[in-house]
This record gives sequence, C-alpha cells and structure tokens, in this order.
Amino acid sequence: MTQPPADSSTTHDSTHSALGHVVPLWLLAAVFGTLLVLTGVTVAAAQVDLGNLNLYLALAIAGVKASLVILFFMHLFWDRSFNAMIFVGCLLFVSLFIGIVLTDSRANNVSAVGGQGSAMRGVHAPLGSPK
Amino acid sequence: MTQATIPQSPHDHPEHLSHHFESLRQQYDSGKLGIWLFLTTEILMFSGLFCGYAVLRSLHPEIFLYAHRYLSVELGALNTVVLIFSSFTMAWAVRAAQLGQTKLLVRLLTITLVCAFVFLGVKFVEYKNKWEESLLPGKFYRPEEPPPGGKFQKLRETDFQSVKKDASADAKPQVAAGAVGERSTIGPAAIGPTGLSEHWLEGRHHGRESWSGPEPDNVQLFFGIYFAMTGLHGVHVIGGMMVIAWLISKARKGVFGPRHFAPVDFVGLYWHLVDLVWIFLFPLLYLIS
Repeated sequence: MTQPPADSSTTHDSTHSALGHVVPLWLLAAVFGTLLVLTGVTVAAAQVDLGNLNLYLALAIAGVKASLVILFFMHLFWDRSFNAMIFVGCLLFVSLFIGIVLTDSRANNVSAVGGQGSAMRGVHAPLGSPK
Repeated sequence: MTQATIPQSPHDHPEHLSHHFESLRQQYDSGKLGIWLFLTTEILMFSGLFCGYAVLRSLHPEIFLYAHRYLSVELGALNTVVLIFSSFTMAWAVRAAQLGQTKLLVRLLTITLVCAFVFLGVKFVEYKNKWEESLLPGKFYRPEEPPPGGKFQKLRETDFQSVKKDASADAKPQVAAGAVGERSTIGPAAIGPTGLSEHWLEGRHHGRESWSGPEPDNVQLFFGIYFAMTGLHGVHVIGGMMVIAWLISKARKGVFGPRHFAPVDFVGLYWHLVDLVWIFLFPLLYLIS
C-alpha cells in the first residue's frame, strides 16, 4: 500500500509533488538540542535573584523556545504566509486581551477595592501611583 | 441527481484526493489552513487562563512567591524534557511519513506516545502528592506543612511589616484611596471582597502555631490556577494520545506516504501546540523567584 517512490520522483506534476516541506533531520536535531539547552538555561536563571527581571527573562526564553518550535517543528518557516498571518493575528489578539485586562485590573485596584489595594501596596507599585 | 453530476470512478483522480478538491495540493493546503485555525482557537482558549494567571499574579505576587515552592522543579523540568523530546520525535515522524519510511514512522509515533504516557505518569505523581498534602483549590487547601525553602520567610516578613503599616494607615476610610486620591473619589470598600480580605495576617493562622513564618492569604488561589492550567493541558495531552494511537494503527497498514501524509502532519501540529503551552506553563508555575 505504500506509495511507489518511482511515481513521485519521475513525474513532475505540480499537483502531486512538493506537498509541504521535508525538514532535514540535522535541523530537527539542532532545534531539539537548542530547546534542551534553553530549558537548562531557564531553570538556572530562576535560581538567580534578579527581582522583576526573572519573570521577563523566563518569558523571553519561553518565547524563543516557542518560536523555534513554531518555525521549524511546525514548518511555519516554509509554510504559506497566510497561515503565518493567522497565527500572528491570533497572538495579536491574545496580547490585546491580556494587556487590556491587566491595565484595567491594575488601574482600578487601589482606588476602587480598598481591601485589595492596601494589601498589595507594599508588594509592588500600582500603575500611576506617585513615588 | 447528485449521482449524475459527480463522477465516482476511482481511476480519474489520485488515490487520496477527495472529489471535492481539485488537487492534492489544494486538499493539503485547505486541511492545513483548517488546522491552523483550530490551533488559534486553542491558543485563545488557553489565553483566558493565562490572563487569569497574569491578573492574579500582578495583584498578589506574594501568593505565587509563597506557593510555587510546593511544586517540584525537578518533576516539572523532567516533564518539559519529555514533552520536548516527544515533539522532536513527532516532527521526525512527519518527515518519515513524507519520505514514505513506514517502519520508522511507526517507531517514532510509538516513541511519541510512550513519551505522552511518561508525561502523564509524572503528572499523576505530582497530582497525587498535592492531593495527599491537601494542596488543593478552595476550601480543600489545608496543608500541614509550609513549603520548603527558608529564604522565602525572611523575605516575606519584611514585606509583611510594610503591609502592616499600610493597613494601619488605612484605618481611616479616606486614606485607602489616599495614595492616588486625585484619581478617584470612590471610597474604599468597608470589607474586602469575599475571599480577598485585607486581614491577610490573621486569616490563615488558626491552628498553625507551629509555623515559623507567615503565610499570605488566599494561597488556595494558586492551586486553583495550577490545577486549571495543568488540567486543561493534561486533557489536551490525552486527546493527543488518542489521535497518535489512531495514527499508529493507520501507519502500520502503510497508509501514509509522500502523497498522503497530511494526517501525520496535522496531528503533529496539534502535538507541538500542546508542547508550546507547556513551554510557558513550566516557568510560570514552577520557576518563580
């Protein structure tokens, strides 16, 4: 039942050949190795106290790992740009969603909800508060 | 009527081409577009949980600083490695399918499935520990022991003192809004919202005199977030395992080849997304400092 290899190699029919992109094995292995290294880096970075920077560093490393997976494991690097557009558009909406909700919850917190506001004041400065 | 208009001959089109597509290329691209759209809905669904996480962490970082120490970084890291490896074997399996390497394809898919079992096994151990230590959401959060790690308590005590000062300053109703008084004329709530009261020093300490350091209020929220996020992710792993098992049974029959690898490719895309979600969950839940 396996497709005869002669069929796809001899004909040069555009409808039959070049479905998708065959990623070379060395590239897959390289991406895998990089992901492992970055996992080690993110664990190591969490042991060092950098204050607020820890969170952004961890997210940046996760972002790099995610990009590697998306571009190479998920073939988006070679894929139709329309698929990439859909994906990037989705990320855009996610950032709008989280960004606006975060701005909103932090803006309202201190003034509107006394209980929470006083409890959190010692922990971090809310947006727009005077020094 | 339709029978007359649609030719049903098996010989006038390629074997795996459905008759409502013009070419294999069009069929493949359509399927891929569909999968990417599906993945965006998945991302948007998870983003709701990530949003809840972000709001809670930005309002109450102390809960996360305190409670994440209950989680095992070792097990979390192990699961990260397992899932990344399974993503690698899945990507390789797509390549094997594209090249018609049936035996290799079956092997790689099997490895991927085994990795998924390992992941769930580790997850089971973690959940079991949480269950036994009563590290659960809501009213079921009743741990006997504080989390390991002494650095936390020193750090928190200083924070708590500054909070205590603030809390006493807020005794007069106007002062709660005082820091940003110009921005709002709404007075502070007489009592904090249910479950988020400002009396966070008193709330949690009845019967816990043996504890050396203070515990912030509402730590149960962390475990609500933890179980919701890892639970939804775990459900996705189980779903992925079912489709991978289906792929294996198909691959053993030699169905997949250079012209018919789309199912492997599409399941692969889904599996990578499951990996992606975990790539973010791991640092956000386990690696807080």
